[in-house]
Amino acid sequence: MTATLIPITRPARTSRPPVALTIDGRTVTAEAGVTLLAACRAAGLEIPTLCFLETLTPANVCRLCVVEVEGARVLVPSCSREVEAGMVVHTNSPRVRHARRLVLEFLASSVDLSTTPGMAELLVEYGCHPERFGASAEPQSTAERAAVGVGHHEPPDTAHAATVAQPVLRDNELFVRDYAKCVLCYRCVQACGVDHQNSFAIALAGRGFAARISTELSVGLPDSACVYCGNCVAVCPTGALMAVPEFDLRAAGAWRPEEQAVTDTICPYCGVGCTVSLHVQDNVIVKATSPFAHGITQGNLCIKGRFGWQHVQPEAATASTAPARAAE
Amino acid sequence: MDIRLPDADPTDAEREAVDAVLGAPTSRWHGGARDQWQHDTHVGHGGRAMRQRRTELVPALQALQSRHGWISPGGLRYVCERLHVPPAEAWGVATFYALLATAPRPRRVVHVCDDIGCRNRGARDVIAAATAVAGAHLGHAHATAAEGDAPGHPAGDAAGSATQAPGWMPSPCLGLCDQAPAVLVTDAGAVPEERQLGGVTDDVIRALLTGAAPGADALADTRVPQQGDASLVLLRRVGVVDPTSLAAYRDAGGYRALARALDLGAEAVIAEVTASGLVGRGGAAFPTGRKWDAVRRQEATPHYVVCNADESEPGTFKDRVLIAGDPFAVVEAMTIAGFATGSTKGFVYLRAEYPLAHQRLHGAVEAARAAGLLGDDVMGRGVRFDIEIRRGAGAYICGEETALFESIEGKRGEPRTKPPFPVQVGLFGKPTVVNNVETLANVLPIVLEGGAAYAAKGTPQSTGTRLFCLSGAVARPGVYEAPCGTSLRALLQQAGVSPRLSAVLLGGAAGGFIRADETDLPLTLEHARAADATLGSGVIMAFDDPDDLREAVLRIAAFFRDESCGQCVPCRVGTVRQEEALHRLATGAPLGGVTAELALLDDIGRAMRDASICGLGQSAAAAVDSAVRRLGLFATTAQ
Repeated sequence: MTATLIPITRPARTSRPPVALTIDGRTVTAEAGVTLLAACRAAGLEIPTLCFLETLTPANVCRLCVVEVEGARVLVPSCSREVEAGMVVHTNSPRVRHARRLVLEFLASSVDLSTTPGMAELLVEYGCHPERFGASAEPQSTAERAAVGVGHHEPPDTAHAATVAQPVLRDNELFVRDYAKCVLCYRCVQACGVDHQNSFAIALAGRGFAARISTELSVGLPDSACVYCGNCVAVCPTGALMAVPEFDLRAAGAWRPEEQAVTDTICPYCGVGCTVSLHVQDNVIVKATSPFAHGITQGNLCIKGRFGWQHVQPEAATASTAPARAAE
Repeated sequence: MDIRLPDADPTDAEREAVDAVLGAPTSRWHGGARDQWQHDTHVGHGGRAMRQRRTELVPALQALQSRHGWISPGGLRYVCERLHVPPAEAWGVATFYALLATAPRPRRVVHVCDDIGCRNRGARDVIAAATAVAGAHLGHAHATAAEGDAPGHPAGDAAGSATQAPGWMPSPCLGLCDQAPAVLVTDAGAVPEERQLGGVTDDVIRALLTGAAPGADALADTRVPQQGDASLVLLRRVGVVDPTSLAAYRDAGGYRALARALDLGAEAVIAEVTASGLVGRGGAAFPTGRKWDAVRRQEATPHYVVCNADESEPGTFKDRVLIAGDPFAVVEAMTIAGFATGSTKGFVYLRAEYPLAHQRLHGAVEAARAAGLLGDDVMGRGVRFDIEIRRGAGAYICGEETALFESIEGKRGEPRTKPPFPVQVGLFGKPTVVNNVETLANVLPIVLEGGAAYAAKGTPQSTGTRLFCLSGAVARPGVYEAPCGTSLRALLQQAGVSPRLSAVLLGGAAGGFIRADETDLPLTLEHARAADATLGSGVIMAFDDPDDLREAVLRIAAFFRDESCGQCVPCRVGTVRQEEALHRLATGAPLGGVTAELALLDDIGRAMRDASICGLGQSAAAAVDSAVRRLGLFATTAQ
């Protein structure tokens, strides 16, 4: 099947000539208007990213993709910075590696990255020792976290490093929100907002280290504007948002992605005809996604396509993929 | 936009407060009463016109805040209904700003400054007295209130909060360092009141927390130490000319600069400003003429002028003095900036903590408009320009120009990535010139005397005079005006510096410390740069006690943690890790030894400086770094 990726970049008003720049000592020609990240990747250079996703407006908040541009006072985020003629770029200089290392250490010392794909390798590659900031502090209760106002905070205790550890939010049957794993990449907010779904059920709330993804008044998702399309789940890079079957299988130690068969099919619910990738483990659909590199869906589905597969599951399997519900 | 509103109703008072800002609702679609609009259910409202009203979000939330002392779920609902803003986004905005509360607060809140300027000059006693009278601060009380986690009105209804006993909260710098210790009193109600008080004694704080009237604002009588000095340029009228009278301002030479600018023409004005060598006085020191010229040349319209009066850099209070003491000068200079850059609309973004400055500036704008000095036909010369004042809501980050735009646009004050720069894509996505208050004040003498005459003052690279905010261990704190190139020592002596001076904080929390033996530094951009220091926003805070100094460094680290917007990882987590490491050093419990901790601090600082989105994160380690490197503060004391 052919799939094309629609680049999310500003359409060029006039056709501009290609741009020549130097990346890591090599002269590279890039289309005008593309980002440094795109130019680097086209040149075969790997730049680590976390908040960036091709289908979303670059938030450039994680700062993992920073590169050094000669003449710039500070490092620049390659995911959103456009190429300019004559730029001299270093993607792996000591300054760049230092910033990436610290960003990774900051995240690893404050957020649970255990389900972030590729993170373990990155932490090794950049020689990270997040424990050098001290032992992780005890998780906070939901009420404690909600009570963190803006402004003066309690002085830090000298024995621990603050974290965002907190209980899992499980307020609906379709997906869970484990904000202890949230790196605040803004992807879910963008997917819920103008980039994809236009539901605006969630936004950033609070400020600084207490900033968080929240519904209005911190109400549960059933009382919010959420339509359960799960497009936030699809874009979450860390597993903070996770469909219930995957969450429960992981909790039971039974999540085995290497054994899963992924089959692309067309969603049967309506006439739009979205491509759905069904992830099957032990003959049970354990997850449904849509390819990001698809011109129509760009990874998006609706509540039915993403979560409505119980009717094609063997009866026993439905129970086994949802142990929590089965136990009730 | 199809939005789902919270299941809560506003009180009548909340409706009135919001309507006073937004106007009466025009349909049932936007919060109008059911029986009032019977025939409009088939008419769609929304789209572009509605989206453009998003800019009114923060003023509407502020109206709720000053009505009941907090933003109730019902009030939030009504604002969302009126402006068609998704509640989650409005909640995100309401929870971003320190002076907006989303849990019940007493009608009166006393914000007690415990920042670097006040902390060592009486704030501790004020806080002790406040705690004795009113108990723990509201930040702590809030923790208990949120325990239930259920949104809703407090017992009775929101208006019931009026009977609650006053409460207090610690506050970041209130910009009254010359009158430490300082407080800001906010009284919510039908007629909300706000006052800044300086020189607060135990008796005053006790009276405030038992409900006594706060008395006159500390700025009511704005004075500067050099008052009457004939060489003053920027401070010439402060304390001398009635700031509430347009006639007095004109008698004192006011509006001659605008008349001359209109005679010269826009391009000639920009040429003069460029020739003057004027650079931004807010801290970044960008050439003003280049900025104006860049905006003038942009094809996209409209253009905007923004006066950045969100002066929140700890230790800085010059803009407060300029606005409260000479508000018409700001209005006149902005009008010149608007004329020169082809802008018809200007915004002043004034920090919320300056109620009297707001009152004076508001009066000046009204008076200027009434006299035809603002509006569709400025001075009868066919020039269109008007000014709108926006008040901050308690966020240091909104002094960052792009965060300021976001705030005016009704969003969280999260800085944008640059490029594109504001001169190309600024407020509402349009070309925008952002100037600090003091920068604008300099425009008047430049237009009157010519750029060359202005440039003759100061040094070739740092022209003109500058304002410096002297505070701390000095006998005569206040705003001083001095030609660029004046030595730091001369200024300190003029202000009566303590003979035991041990260090000076130069440039504010985002600046750095220098040693007492380095005070022969001439105050210019080039000398500061050569000495690896910065003039920043003109802060000169003197310290003569080692304990105070350590306390100040810890406070600066806490300040940046509090004020980080939380958007990017290096700043959001880096400011936390920096403060934790400093506390371990300060309490003699370094992890892996002092050397390891200092190396860790250095690692954190470099990453914040290199990889943060905006100037806040990029300079969050500057003062800490200088305290360690220049003063040897934690290395020597902890070993």
